[in-house]
Amino acid sequence: MDFAGAYAPAHLKFLLQGFLVTLEVAFISIVLSFVFGIIIGVIRYTKIPVLSQLLAVLVETIRNLPLLLIIFFTYFALPEVGLKLDKLYAAISALVIFESAMLSEIVRSGLQSIDKGQIEAARSSGLTYGQTLWYIILPQALRRMVPPIVSQFISLLKDTSLAIVISLPELMNHAQIINGRNVNFVIPIFILVAFMYFIVNYSLSLVSRRLEYRQR
Amino acid sequence: MKKKTWKWWIAVALTALLSAVALTGCSTTDKGEGGTSSEKTEAANTLEKIKQRGKLVVGVKYDLNLFGLKNPETGKVEGFDIDIAKGLAKKILGDENKIELKEVTSKTRIPMLNNGEIDAIIATMTITEERKKEVDFSDVYFMAGQSLLVKKDSPINSVKDLKKGMTVLTAKGSTSAENIRKAAPQVNVLEFENYAEAFTALKAGQGDALTTDNALLWGMAKQDPNYRVLDETFTEEPYGIAVRKGDKELLQVINEYLKEIKENGEYDKIYEKWIGKKPQQ
Amino acid sequence: MLRFSILVEHWDLYMQGFGHTIKASVLALIGSLALGTIIAIFRIAPIRPLNWVGTAYVEFIRNIPLVLIVFVFFMGLPAVGIRFDSFTAGTLGLMVYTAAFIAEAIRSGIQAVPKGQMEAARSSGLTYLQAMRYVILPQAVKIVIPPLGNQFINLVKNSSVLGVIAGLDLMYYGDLISSKTFVTFDVYIFVALFYLVLTIPLSLGVGYLERRLLKAR
Repeated sequence: MDFAGAYAPAHLKFLLQGFLVTLEVAFISIVLSFVFGIIIGVIRYTKIPVLSQLLAVLVETIRNLPLLLIIFFTYFALPEVGLKLDKLYAAISALVIFESAMLSEIVRSGLQSIDKGQIEAARSSGLTYGQTLWYIILPQALRRMVPPIVSQFISLLKDTSLAIVISLPELMNHAQIINGRNVNFVIPIFILVAFMYFIVNYSLSLVSRRLEYRQR
Repeated sequence: MKKKTWKWWIAVALTALLSAVALTGCSTTDKGEGGTSSEKTEAANTLEKIKQRGKLVVGVKYDLNLFGLKNPETGKVEGFDIDIAKGLAKKILGDENKIELKEVTSKTRIPMLNNGEIDAIIATMTITEERKKEVDFSDVYFMAGQSLLVKKDSPINSVKDLKKGMTVLTAKGSTSAENIRKAAPQVNVLEFENYAEAFTALKAGQGDALTTDNALLWGMAKQDPNYRVLDETFTEEPYGIAVRKGDKELLQVINEYLKEIKENGEYDKIYEKWIGKKPQQ
Repeated sequence: MLRFSILVEHWDLYMQGFGHTIKASVLALIGSLALGTIIAIFRIAPIRPLNWVGTAYVEFIRNIPLVLIVFVFFMGLPAVGIRFDSFTAGTLGLMVYTAAFIAEAIRSGIQAVPKGQMEAARSSGLTYLQAMRYVILPQAVKIVIPPLGNQFINLVKNSSVLGVIAGLDLMYYGDLISSKTFVTFDVYIFVALFYLVLTIPLSLGVGYLERRLLKAR
């Protein structure tokens, strides 16, 4: 093991560059899948005919597939049917497809956990169904959903590392490039990289716990 | 309660706004890139497109020492294939910097070429009958042969020394896997995403040898002196530059260019610079 | 239209991959159930240092990527002389990763059993371990089964990381077939179908158990 060699400034800089890509991909994917997740979750909750069933099939299919396969699919298979995405967009699309499906389930079950009596009360006080959903149900449900949503985000951040299969220049990919130079770098680099992921994810989970605590 | 709801809505609005920005950001850049590349595929003549665009887009390897390697320190890609590609850009556009290099692997290069992401492949690609069905090849620009990379103290000195139960590593989508299965049917073959992963696996002791073209193995042995390349080769691997099927104009320019550099000594210079010896005729 | 000829011609490879995917998932499940239970017990046992160890394991493993753990088994440990083949390395990685989630599921199941029960069991003369064994665990098991089912589904899906280290699973062979045939779309669709054959029935089963449990309450 060669800690000094592995942690040479050039290597650290290279890892940091990779980590920035990881964070960038994660952030864009998180925001997009949050929006799509809410839209899909609400549609399924309100049971809009046809659309809701269609989404149910789609969501269940995607949730039951490995994310890795979806990444391969967006990068290698979609070009075959005329839709080409470069690495970055292929990775982001795959993550958004997968995580939107996961989040939509969280949103749906969050909505369902709200007491139905509230809908009736709101409706009888003159609000339309849409207004009830928007002003009464969704805000409460979203607050309850914070912990599962944050842990989904942590998964997403970790899952960006799967994009190594399409050699997206993220943290894991850069770590492997350095590892390729010298076997003695492998363990020191893995320790450092694990630490980098851990810091960000653990902080996220602490934030989530605080939010959970404050709700009570 | 009311105050809290207020805050909540501000947060939701902000997220929506952010994502809208991200979405438009994504879609505009998407359009920018997608637009040009779809025009590319529609136009029959790639050469004209390259000239209009003022940039040659070439698929090269990023993980092969001597041929195409991304240097972690500088972020630049360097190697034999890169110099050939730059020379080609100079030939077509008059400036060797009017080039965009895109990373390909053995697996991705043909799909990327055919979907218009790149104009040509210069990525240690062997000319085979099978591949000729998918793409058009230039004249041979490098002559390699498949060999084995083993540990310095390994007892393996020939393909014949590979015994049953031994594991040989290589990359997916290359001809190397098929060739080694023919030459040594008794061994296990494990195929990795690319040669870097395969070499890392070899170093981690996941195999007894790594097989591919000697030209690539030299690069690996140079990187890590604990490994050596066998002198013996058991196939012939003529490398060609690949273009989309029917891109006659581009192919013609490429062949002219290859002939030029071979005649004016530029080719020998590039060869010596990377391989460290003069090309054999 | 899907080219079924690809499926037919490469049936052997698909089957080999499918078999390894099942094998890796089942082995990792057994391993992570055992490891996860131990860690869950560490976390709730009335011994401080054990709590720390359990918590450190769960928090650390849950917050780093599975790919990294698999790489550690595939390349990290070999660098210090401990060697596994790619399938074993992948399965061990899966086991270590999943154990953290299973430990959490088991712990929250046990803690969902009201505290009074433990006190009651202890005051009626049972030791801590006896109380666990005869009073708490039987109740916890029921609560824990659906989340464990979910973990198994995740495990099947996650087993695809074996593909990254040439672990001979469905993903590896799928990828191999696509690079041989230059066909990607159809090849991956078939890979997807194989995964769905495993995960959809599991999901339906877990859903059924969850609903039954809700009713029972």
